[in-house]
Amino acid sequence: MIRYALWRLLMAIPVMLVASSVIFVILRVLPGDPALMIAGERATEDEIAAIRESLGTDRPLPVQYIEWLGAALVGDLGQSTFSGQPVTRLIAQRLEPTLSLALPTLALSVLVSLALGTLAARRAGSLADKVVTAFSVLGFSVPPFVVGYALVAVFSLWLGWTPVQGYRPLSDGIAAWATALVLPVLTLSTGYVALITRVTRASMVEALSEDHVRTARAKNLGEGAILARHGLRVAAVPIVTVAGIGLALLLGGFVVTETVFNIPGVGRLVVEAIARRDYPVIQGVVLLSAGVYVMVNLLVDLSYTFLDPRIRY
Amino acid sequence: MSAVQIRWTGPQLPLSFWLGFAVLTVLAVLAVLAPWIADNPNRLAPAQRLQPPGAGGLFGTDAFGRDLFARMVHGARTSLLIGLIVGGLTLAMAAALAALCVMVRAADAIVMRVLDGLMAIPNILLAIALISVTGVSLWTMALAIAIPELPATTRLLRGVLLSTRTRGWVEAARVSGCPPLRMARRHLLPSVWPVALVQTAFVCSSAILIEAILSFLGVGNPPNVPSWGGVIGENRAQFQLAPWVILIPSAFLTVTVISINLMGDALRDWLDPRERGGT
Repeated sequence: MIRYALWRLLMAIPVMLVASSVIFVILRVLPGDPALMIAGERATEDEIAAIRESLGTDRPLPVQYIEWLGAALVGDLGQSTFSGQPVTRLIAQRLEPTLSLALPTLALSVLVSLALGTLAARRAGSLADKVVTAFSVLGFSVPPFVVGYALVAVFSLWLGWTPVQGYRPLSDGIAAWATALVLPVLTLSTGYVALITRVTRASMVEALSEDHVRTARAKNLGEGAILARHGLRVAAVPIVTVAGIGLALLLGGFVVTETVFNIPGVGRLVVEAIARRDYPVIQGVVLLSAGVYVMVNLLVDLSYTFLDPRIRY
Repeated sequence: MSAVQIRWTGPQLPLSFWLGFAVLTVLAVLAVLAPWIADNPNRLAPAQRLQPPGAGGLFGTDAFGRDLFARMVHGARTSLLIGLIVGGLTLAMAAALAALCVMVRAADAIVMRVLDGLMAIPNILLAIALISVTGVSLWTMALAIAIPELPATTRLLRGVLLSTRTRGWVEAARVSGCPPLRMARRHLLPSVWPVALVQTAFVCSSAILIEAILSFLGVGNPPNVPSWGGVIGENRAQFQLAPWVILIPSAFLTVTVISINLMGDALRDWLDPRERGGT
């Protein structure tokens, strides 16, 4: 097991290397010379060369790449070309809103989609199944900002239950923080819930049709125990896999949800950075989200042995 | 017996397919006829700002007094065009990569590792990064949306090719000296195209969605190119005052994406041999 964990960790390195070099090529090589952008139109050749030297962009690209990656590994993502602040500090300042959005979204998505998927699978072909399936097609087809505005129209403008937009930090009190987050969390969850519900239903239909489930029913085991021990436990591997791959959906969804609700998180940071052509910031956020994606999927892989004892490494 | 002959003996396509087909046909007709049935979508009329539907044109006007109906039918052009171009582009690139992987062993490892790396970058962020560098045009948008779609599509086609290659009829054709082109056309393509068709449908709908998201965020199409997502983004401050400016383009977008997904789901069930009770 430990050997396998180390092997998988090793296998994650080439993925991160490729992802980071793609990011490096797109955001550092393609935009052209950052020294020219900083120097402005009237700079002399000498001044530009001096800036190049201070930025390190006068050295060959492979050297720059290794330096950038080495710095990133010890937590240095460079400086914003707009404000001159370290990118890691800019991201850290925006982390509270984004995490406040992420953690409830993950918890809610997993609970709701396991419940919906199980409900649909237990009564495959029933009205409940059809409603759940229709929802999962719909949740997949409706753009996140449309979900967001529809929720605002109903719950903020019509019923007046929640604020229309904005983020309240935790220091304002839990009640204020939570009510401001209800709609953003629902918005961000929709696509993810649709995805996991779909795979939960499919996987549970298969698991519940197996012989050991019939045996469990025959010996009059409680329905809850059947669903948990004989159903979800068996169905877990595909569900966890899709939840891991679907994380990319959430990581992209932050950008949209934070824009709809004016939440000053990491997603907004990227959108603002684009308007300012602040490539180190874009680069840092994209690298960070690729790192999160790779780490989570590594954990997903390692979870297989716990979920299915037949899988041994 | 090839897959092409089997489909006539199978069940009919479900109603959902034809529903999606009908909606898309209407949209396509509106998109093609846009210059003749609608005003100039970019004409500003500040005096006519935020007119409700009915009073100022079928769908009213937006925050700049532009006719919303004109922006919707011209936006349909943008969305459908992006969907078609990205679908075609992704299919072509993924098919080429998958063929390369299957034929050249050394290339396989490299291509798959690069795709693994690409897959680690969330598609919207990758598209944003690409566009932030290349600037916006129809083709750079299409490419920026198509590249994040490559890993999944290539993987799928490569898998189908690998499993088809070991089937009996392919082995038989190979030992009987079938030339490569005839092999591809007669023996491999019939198994690959149903999968490719369904995947391309989903890539199309995803592309329309991502174009809308990028334009909504203000990093996609500029305001002079009407886009459903763009209209929503430009008018989002007006949501409380004039909800229809947000709701109408949202409806167009959602209905279009659902229609394509319905067609894709129906096609997948219809083309899948297991759903037909075995072949």
